[in-house]
Amino acid sequence: MSNVRPITSQPIPSDDRAQEVDHPSSLVAKFGLDQPLKLDCGVDLAPFQIAYQTYGELNADRSNAILICHALTLDQHVANVHPMTGKPGWWENMVGHGLPLDIDRYFIICANVIGGCMGSTGPASTNPATGKPWGLDFPVVTIPDMVRAQAMLIDRLGIDTLFCVVGGSMGGMQVLQWTAAYPERVFCALPIACATRHSAQNIAFHELGRQAVMADPNWHQGRYAENGTLPHRGLAVARMAAHITYLSDAALHRKFGRRMQDRELPTFSFDADFQVESYLRYQGSSFVERFDANSYLYLTRAMDYFDIAADHNDVLAKAFTGIKTRFCVVSFTSDWLFPTSESRALVHALNASSARVSFAEIETDKGHDAFLLDVPEFFEIFRAFLQAAGKARGLGNGDGQS
Amino acid sequence: MSMQQTLPLPGVTPERTGAHRTDHLLVADMVSPGSRVLDVGCGDGELLQLLESRGIDGRGIELSREGVNGCVAKGLAVVQGDADTDLVNYPDDAFDYVILSQTLQATRQPRVVLENLLRIGQRAIVSFPNFGFWKMRLQLLVGGHMPRTENLPATWYDTANIHFCTIKDFVQLCDEINVKMERAVALDLYGRPVPLNLPWWVWNMFGEQGVFLLSRGGVK
Repeated sequence: MSNVRPITSQPIPSDDRAQEVDHPSSLVAKFGLDQPLKLDCGVDLAPFQIAYQTYGELNADRSNAILICHALTLDQHVANVHPMTGKPGWWENMVGHGLPLDIDRYFIICANVIGGCMGSTGPASTNPATGKPWGLDFPVVTIPDMVRAQAMLIDRLGIDTLFCVVGGSMGGMQVLQWTAAYPERVFCALPIACATRHSAQNIAFHELGRQAVMADPNWHQGRYAENGTLPHRGLAVARMAAHITYLSDAALHRKFGRRMQDRELPTFSFDADFQVESYLRYQGSSFVERFDANSYLYLTRAMDYFDIAADHNDVLAKAFTGIKTRFCVVSFTSDWLFPTSESRALVHALNASSARVSFAEIETDKGHDAFLLDVPEFFEIFRAFLQAAGKARGLGNGDGQS
Repeated sequence: MSMQQTLPLPGVTPERTGAHRTDHLLVADMVSPGSRVLDVGCGDGELLQLLESRGIDGRGIELSREGVNGCVAKGLAVVQGDADTDLVNYPDDAFDYVILSQTLQATRQPRVVLENLLRIGQRAIVSFPNFGFWKMRLQLLVGGHMPRTENLPATWYDTANIHFCTIKDFVQLCDEINVKMERAVALDLYGRPVPLNLPWWVWNMFGEQGVFLLSRGGVK
């Protein structure tokens, strides 16, 4: 079995990453001891900071601001080169000149979530009390905590009402939390490929990922930084498992089928004979270069805890009673992580609350990740909804032209 | 199912009065101002737009994605869905009016759909093609084949319309499930009302479609 290559052979205690965690290359809003973030677990987190990026210009009325909420392992680098990976922003097909999130028309904000690892305070940040990374001493955060922190940032930016809050997956959960917690501050909302609560199956997948991280001896109970190690194998396995859930049977088959990787015949070993294996190993190892293992534990946990109805006597519709926000809910046919049934449950609740809601299920075989990819029908409805809402908001130029 | 299948179908252009379709104006006139309306099978949203221009708070359900996209682009609140499966999810009394235009005959359970319309809405406005229309009768009687008209050009084997009825049949169903008919209008091929002072059997013969304003009947 000499030709078995492990997922990745060397840990990467990157100085760049340590730098980005506390001193990000993006904008930073710092909140002092006098402005604690009140967390659901009962802890007042102070001081803390939020790293964020903006694109476009805020208009004189301060009425054109759009907040993008990012998904689990993404960050604030929506439409610029990523400072660590050197890759393009994760939503460059959506945010830019003449794109649905048009930076000539809107002021676009995206903040790294609290608990993240790209500059907002999280388990990888330095704990001011010890001078060392927080690790597992960092308090457990929730989706409502993330949104509360974002609201403090929006206050800091002098914005009263956001024109739109938009996001997919965990970002979609934040969108829903925004509308439930601050309905009067959100003119329109675009929750994409998400749910009002995390399902048992999804919690199970997250637990699998966390156990993979914690089973890695290099994890050291979360104190890997002090030990000069990284639980890269555990985190890579977690990422590999999660990545499968972001795709679909059809997408995997279309991309890889049963094709072999640089060989004609099986090697009769456990090497990555199949292209799909090689692809997953690559996904796993590239992920550990940019993401903090503890942060992965915290953010998956935040999603697990998410259940809007639980805060409203288990009646989801009560979360949106009397809401004026315009909603456009979008799901994808092949998404089995956040299936259309979850979006429909949301739509039913919004209907029951008399909310102004549109809903479209987009046909695609690209799975959950479809919201990040070029799916023309998705772009069309996204653009159409924003333009019509812009008209209603008095932003003008809702001319329907692309 | 073809919930998007409203007039016009190939062959006939519905009459317009000003900017709006005559049959849409007729329906819109049945809706009192300031009310809340659900249009089931709202197509491209033309009727909803007319209603909203009159200050009516409108919502739509539409099966086709193109229809939903078109509606969203017009700023309408429209949900992708199906009359047979999705009406059950709306709470009682959610709307003042629920409109079902040219769709009843394409549902799997017209009776259940009708009952749902009047559970969700205080009133329902239902229109459907009249299978008692003289052209239909003539084709079956003389031609000996399943009728096809300008507005219903599909053959029997590829039609989405699986539950045809006549105006008379519909009136009977309303009676059976204790639904009150507040207004009834028969329209001709072009969506123009057939004169009101004619007897029922004339409507059942010369109405190409029937439009009914319904409400819940009292206790029987």
